[in-house]
Amino acid sequence: MSMTVLEGKNIVRDYHIGGGLFSGPRTVHAVKGVSFTVDKGKTLAIVGESGCGKSTLARIITLIDPATAGELFIDGNKVDIARGGLTREMRRKVQIVFQNPYGSLNPRQKIGDVLGEPLLINTDKSAAERRDLAMKMLKKVGLGHEHYNRYPHMFSGGQRQRIAIARALMLNPSLLVLDEPVSALDLSVQAQVLNLLADLQDEFQLTYVFISHDLSVVRYIADDVMVMYFGEAVEYGPRDEVFSDPKHSYTKTLFAATPRADVASIKARLARKKAA
Amino acid sequence: MTNEGPATVEAATVVKQQDARLQMFAEFWHYFSINKGAVIGLVVFALLILVAIFAPLLAPHSADDQFRDFFLTPPAWQEGGNAQFLLGTDAVGRDILSRLIYGSRFSLAIGFVVVTTALVSGVILGLLAGYCRGWVDTLIMRIMDIILAFPSLLLALVLVAVLGPGLVNAMIAIAFVLQPHFARLTRAAVMAEKNREYVISAKVAGASHLRLMLVTILPNCIAPLIVQATLSFSNAILEAAALGFLGMGAQPPTPEWGTMLAEAREFILRAWWVVTFPGLAILITVFAINLIGDGLRDALDPKLKRS
Repeated sequence: MSMTVLEGKNIVRDYHIGGGLFSGPRTVHAVKGVSFTVDKGKTLAIVGESGCGKSTLARIITLIDPATAGELFIDGNKVDIARGGLTREMRRKVQIVFQNPYGSLNPRQKIGDVLGEPLLINTDKSAAERRDLAMKMLKKVGLGHEHYNRYPHMFSGGQRQRIAIARALMLNPSLLVLDEPVSALDLSVQAQVLNLLADLQDEFQLTYVFISHDLSVVRYIADDVMVMYFGEAVEYGPRDEVFSDPKHSYTKTLFAATPRADVASIKARLARKKAA
Repeated sequence: MTNEGPATVEAATVVKQQDARLQMFAEFWHYFSINKGAVIGLVVFALLILVAIFAPLLAPHSADDQFRDFFLTPPAWQEGGNAQFLLGTDAVGRDILSRLIYGSRFSLAIGFVVVTTALVSGVILGLLAGYCRGWVDTLIMRIMDIILAFPSLLLALVLVAVLGPGLVNAMIAIAFVLQPHFARLTRAAVMAEKNREYVISAKVAGASHLRLMLVTILPNCIAPLIVQATLSFSNAILEAAALGFLGMGAQPPTPEWGTMLAEAREFILRAWWVVTFPGLAILITVFAINLIGDGLRDALDPKLKRS
């Protein structure tokens, strides 16, 4: 059974930059007509260099910014926040985890309140119920009861990212947008967080949109891969297809630019260096 | 561990909560106490508050009692002084020390009322301007700029002239003049915080605009506001004294320090004590509060923290 959770059709986003004293107004096309579908329980990875429109697309999918044109369907319902606003139901279906775990938690809020806030706003559960749910979620993401009353500055980057993930999951979203969730973490912690994400996906049948510029991470977690280049999706297909047979020249450049750390490639590089 | 009842868990969390608060306060106190001047300022300010509270017990005489036989008596240690009047008497025979002690009540009240009014209105305006941007921002900030363009004392003077002289009107005028500083500060802090990721996260979680403004953003803007509030406190006392001196603030015979100065103006050459002591009282109070403000800035500004 495959159920489409997220579908985007020709999504466009333009930014209008007002003219200054010496320059006229300009329009920047950040996203130029991107289409995609993601099925329930699957992961779509969006790859590309800085400034190619990945994060803009993430903000559109997360319903933070409206798209200039195009249609977005979540669980089969058309969503357009530029017109007609947004219902609570739609809002809680999509949640996001940001890249920087140091900026994404309110420094004045205890972890318990961070996790309880989405419930407080969206449900009428009692304080005790919210507390129980938050405690359970802390356990799920690998933290303990003792962390409930601490402030964000008492945690490491990896732990904070776990908290951010926990907060995103409090409302049982069907779609989770991960905007470079492991880029700010060091390698061993990256692996832990990725494994956590994979486990949570299995457990809750979550759908991920995973934004990254790290191809090794993408190869590990993605089902489908979309490569973006200057606001366009230059390649879009199942992971193995994209990785084994890249069609667009940019994708090939991207793969060639991935640093390789196996012994054979290091020896080859040293040999080349000697020869030159 | 496993058979721990829910009650003990609850109790443990309560204790932990208190611990965290204590720890936060301990950290604050650590940074605050590094600044010796701030601690001295705090002690002086605390003494001042005690004096204001226990004024009737401390003052040797009532503030308005006239002693017909003792016009312009010098302080007790001077020739012709009288032990009954430690700091001397003024031109109508009132004890200066008693008037200063009662006057501290007015000065502190002015400080508290003015700062609270200016803080609340300034924070609301700044929050709206910084959060909404667009024409709301332009409208509010241009009005603030206009207020700031006037010399503050002059504007306060004009306002009091319009409203009519008196202590309450003087406080309203001073609050009005001080309030743009709070609005600007809040706006700047809100703009810096507004695009932080935790605010967007709260928005994605479904928080309303009001909640975002008051619960999410405002607590993170509070540190510079506390510092500004302390410094404004002394400013308010100064301006109230200045208005009193110009005859637009508290009206005689109120023992307000600035008003006392104004009454003593004509005796500056003949009887130095009638102007010196109210002046010193203002100076010491303002100085102490400014020292506290500096210490608070050291303790609350994360940029100055070493750890």
